[in-house]
Amino acid sequence: MIDVASHKIRLLEQSPAVEGQFSHFVESTDWHAMTQSHQEKTEQDVLRALSKSKLNVEDFAALISPAAEPYLLEMAAKSEQLTLQRFGKTLSLFAPLYLSNTCANECTYCGFSMSNAIKRLTLNESQVEKEIAAIKDKGFDHILLVTGETNKVSMPYFERMLPLIKSHFSQLSMEVQPLNSEEYKRLQTIGLDGVLVYQETYRRKTYLEHHLRGNKSNFNYRLDAPDRIGQAGIHKIGLGVLLGLEDWRTDSVMMAHHLRHLQKRYWRSRFSVAFPRIRPCEGGIVPKSIITDRQLVQLIAAWRLFDWDVEMSLSTRESPEFRHHAVRMGFTTMSAESKTQPGGYADDAQAALEQFEISDERPVAEIIAMIRSQGREVVWKNWDPALSHV
Amino acid sequence: MPSLLIAGHEFQSRLFTGTGKYASANAMMDSITASESELVTLSLRRMDLKHQTDNILQPLQKKGIKLLPNTSGARTAKEAIFAAELAREALETNWVKLEIHPDPRYLMPDGMETLLAAEALIKKGFVVMPYVHADPVLCKRLEEIGCQCVMPLGSPIGSNMGLASRPFLEIIIEQSRVPVIVDAGIGAPSDAALAMEIGADAVLVNTAMAAANQPSKMANAFRLAVEAGRMAYESGLGERRIQAQATSPLTDFIGALS
Repeated sequence: MIDVASHKIRLLEQSPAVEGQFSHFVESTDWHAMTQSHQEKTEQDVLRALSKSKLNVEDFAALISPAAEPYLLEMAAKSEQLTLQRFGKTLSLFAPLYLSNTCANECTYCGFSMSNAIKRLTLNESQVEKEIAAIKDKGFDHILLVTGETNKVSMPYFERMLPLIKSHFSQLSMEVQPLNSEEYKRLQTIGLDGVLVYQETYRRKTYLEHHLRGNKSNFNYRLDAPDRIGQAGIHKIGLGVLLGLEDWRTDSVMMAHHLRHLQKRYWRSRFSVAFPRIRPCEGGIVPKSIITDRQLVQLIAAWRLFDWDVEMSLSTRESPEFRHHAVRMGFTTMSAESKTQPGGYADDAQAALEQFEISDERPVAEIIAMIRSQGREVVWKNWDPALSHV
Repeated sequence: MPSLLIAGHEFQSRLFTGTGKYASANAMMDSITASESELVTLSLRRMDLKHQTDNILQPLQKKGIKLLPNTSGARTAKEAIFAAELAREALETNWVKLEIHPDPRYLMPDGMETLLAAEALIKKGFVVMPYVHADPVLCKRLEEIGCQCVMPLGSPIGSNMGLASRPFLEIIIEQSRVPVIVDAGIGAPSDAALAMEIGADAVLVNTAMAAANQPSKMANAFRLAVEAGRMAYESGLGERRIQAQATSPLTDFIGALS
């Protein structure tokens, strides 16, 4: 699949690590040593982590290590308690709005990859209006814009669409290609509240094996995107790894380092973490490292114990049964009845375009009933445009 | 028990509370009712002003509870002023709980921005209740520019750590000419009672009630604690003495000294 010529081009496009930004940390960190470190955690390390109120990354590594497996119940209970204290008996709902599935990237795990023979669509203003109406109709007030990456779907397109969309929602976040700091600043003035840039994996070698073509194959440029978002003063910054591409524990430890790095520098921003598991998609791959349901619960609880304040989003990729129980585990937001294809809310007959199969397809009303049955209230609005009035 | 007066408004209850973190609007109403609180703060970020379908506002207004919009989420004086004006228009009240926390993690109040915003808002005719650190000098400055009360924190918001700032709260209470309301960190009724015993004029409690297994029962416990603490303060608490009285031979000796 990788021919030598394109491989060379790809290598030329790699940005250098930047002093003071996270790429510098990653470059100076040995992946194998970090993997060995969490494998060698002992029961003593786990007990120490469980007894502390301020946990460092080493404590987090202990909590996701095999040594912590016998303490899963205790961890889950503590996670629920901390989440309750910080976020109350609530759960925020948001909807992803897929604006485009055209993409010049080639990523092994993604249905939007350039070489996949799917119908491509980039929504225009009137199509976006229809999607907004359908999403508002379900009650959503927080929106996440998602796109593939092409020249056509870049700043001029965003500058056209953001004001239109923001006039209907209290909070607007984006999950698009990494931009530069000035571009983030510009988008903030027209309604951008949050940006998610998932690193997928923090191991450079593996990253390059899965991002074969396009701008996304530039490892360091993506890695430093959260630094640039922080420098631009964006309110919310989201990190994420795609569990399964690499050793899930090492990637999680790296993301914990990433979170601490950002928190110290961009202390005015809020942070969220996500760790979706690889789902079947068009032309998809088999995970290298499998994380079981039990281990996923361990990971969720470890994140909450590590950081009582970080927002965690529960994906529709997980099954209804898992989501039912996960509501009380440490999550703070979730999506419901998501459509992962452009135009999917207004026109249901387009499933062939979707980015990945969602596993929980229940309508919003059922999700609300499920959340309430777990003793949690749904929050639709937790932000006001007045607060981002620049 | 003498009532509390803030900006000409009389409160029988010295327990203020909030609307966040409850599992349902019913649980919230039951809890606020049990607390007998007459002043309830609510965040602009949670209010749906466009749709007027808010299931929080109406039942509170029906009960005649005074609403106190807060500017939670604002990071600068400018954002807070804008939010306060929006809330005044929407809720038809010129009262505002001024919260400016650029740090969204610990929600630590920014004293400098708070002072600037308070000054501007008072000029615009607001009754400003500023949420601040337990900083005695800042509290005096806020009083000087016309704040009608101050709201220093006991410990970080939502932490349930109680009166970690006690020595500074005591100085603030000693010096203040406006009511002192201890705001964040009160985790148990005993913390609330202690705040009242040391002379706070009121306390604001939210998380400890909302996150309890039985919020309305907890609200009732806080109500009792605040009343008990206030009664103890008014009746004059005995000094706590670390050392025993000097023995009589020593007294005789010292008394005989020329």
